[in-house]
Amino acid sequence: MKSFKPILTEHIHQKDCHTLSFYKSVGGYRALEKVLKMNPENVIQEVKESDLRGRGGAGFSTGVKWGFIPKDTNKPTYLINNADESEPGTFKDRLLMDKAPHQMLEGMIISAYAIGCHKSFIYIRGEFYKEYKMLETAIAEAVGNNILGKNILGSNYDLDVVIHRGAGAYICGEETGLIESLEGKRGWPRTKPPFPAIEGYLQCPTIVNNVETLSCIPHIMNYGADWFKSIGSEKGPGPRLFCISGCVNNPGVYEEPMGVSLKELIFERAGGIRNGKQLKAVFPGGSSSAILTADEALDVKMDFEDLVAKKSMLGSAGVIVMDETVDMVQACLNIARFYAHESCGQCTPCREGTAWLVKMLTRLVNGGGKPQDIDMLFEITDNIGGLIDSSKGSFGKTICPFGEAVAWPVRSFVEKFKDEFLEYLPQETVVA
Amino acid sequence: MNSNGTPKEKFTFSDSEKVEKILSQYPDKKSATLPLLHLAQSEKAYISSSVINTVAHLVDCHPAVVMDCVSFYTMLYTKPHGRHIIQVCQTLSCSLNGADTLVDHMTGKYGIKPGETTTDERFTLMKVECLGSCGTAPVVQVNKVYHEDLSKEKFDDLLESLK
Repeated sequence: MKSFKPILTEHIHQKDCHTLSFYKSVGGYRALEKVLKMNPENVIQEVKESDLRGRGGAGFSTGVKWGFIPKDTNKPTYLINNADESEPGTFKDRLLMDKAPHQMLEGMIISAYAIGCHKSFIYIRGEFYKEYKMLETAIAEAVGNNILGKNILGSNYDLDVVIHRGAGAYICGEETGLIESLEGKRGWPRTKPPFPAIEGYLQCPTIVNNVETLSCIPHIMNYGADWFKSIGSEKGPGPRLFCISGCVNNPGVYEEPMGVSLKELIFERAGGIRNGKQLKAVFPGGSSSAILTADEALDVKMDFEDLVAKKSMLGSAGVIVMDETVDMVQACLNIARFYAHESCGQCTPCREGTAWLVKMLTRLVNGGGKPQDIDMLFEITDNIGGLIDSSKGSFGKTICPFGEAVAWPVRSFVEKFKDEFLEYLPQETVVA
Repeated sequence: MNSNGTPKEKFTFSDSEKVEKILSQYPDKKSATLPLLHLAQSEKAYISSSVINTVAHLVDCHPAVVMDCVSFYTMLYTKPHGRHIIQVCQTLSCSLNGADTLVDHMTGKYGIKPGETTTDERFTLMKVECLGSCGTAPVVQVNKVYHEDLSKEKFDDLLESLK
């Protein structure tokens, strides 16, 4: 693979990279100037042609999503920047907000212009207080320089951006849960359809895009859809921020083209497994993705297609690396506990199922497991989130994809490391 | 309590301009619920029933609707806590990097388990789920600030510095 120069994180190590003057000195807001002279339809078309897919987790085409906004609506249209980064293993949006807030803001203004929006929100997770303050400063700088507010850069286009802090709830990263939360309610996801592009915030057409997705937009408008498509994998191209954490020597965020090998990410970028240990398993795309065994991990490309072929997913590109010392049953319990805590409680299979998983796994690690528990773990995950077979369209037991997000990883632990689960059974109960 | 269950004490925001600014940012009042609750908590340390009544009045809805919202979010506290809220992330990447050692250290040294507050009200210890800082695990959030890449020694120094 030819050498790749970072695009979204090119300047993050430079002094004062978060300021407006720095951003302008490296060509910032040039794309906005260009876009404000364009027909919004053509902006949507360019983004559609770039094949940019959402960086939050679901990987839906950004341009296609924008195209769902009704043309004849007399309601206001809203753009929401989803900065509720909370998928375990994911910490890239925080970096972008901290080091390149104007790149993200420029992406927001261009996107808002494209969909005819005049009021836009940044929904940032409540814990990110420092980043919230950074964004406040960046917005004030933009307003002071006529980049936000009335008649932006003399174009007659108006846009206000409001930062809205969440208050600690993973589910608010799901776009309809986020919208409910923004409306001042508990973050209970809505049934779809209607999709937010038709009926979102206050029942008005609404687009929800992730921080990294929006940060790609200025570059697409500067250099064109063809340039963007030339980077990385053919289906779902572009740069991607991979977050690597867990048992590696150099955890961190690494920007690479879509389709980089997981082996290269772990062993070259992140410096390999710490303490000279062996690789055991990996979450390739946040804790909602099915885990890969070491063999599978060494043979996978990090793009939408190849990970689905391996019955997992790229998700938020949060790579959690586990070495040979990690107890897979304990790791499974850790993840199950996360989902039990974060289940919003709206749908019975998820609310009850996640609590059952934690109870059963806790009993197992405490030595009270029963032989039928292994089958029952499969049964419960099936009840929460269907079978791991995307071709059968087995979604749909819960209102939002949280059900699948707990079922898939838990099931993958039990399937791929069944021996370790069996070892926890009290000896006298194991039938030879 | 009054006979109808409403609290006698009335909460008033100290900065009414700030409240007006928050309300003016949204196309409907109810969307200002979370920002007003955040503001109230920064003034009063926790969300009491008088806070709920005041916010409900400002956003024009029944207090039960605001309470329903408050009860959903982990960052909104409905009871008093220590001066420093020590939130140790316990999700996988932090767990693989020694988060449990940090919790055990605090329990051993200050005699509080997760969920408890020291008798001098100096610390409240909490185990929390993913803080979104897995690359610098283990991570502890103290009040509003993240402390990253913590060892037991660094964590101990941090706690000592908090009075």
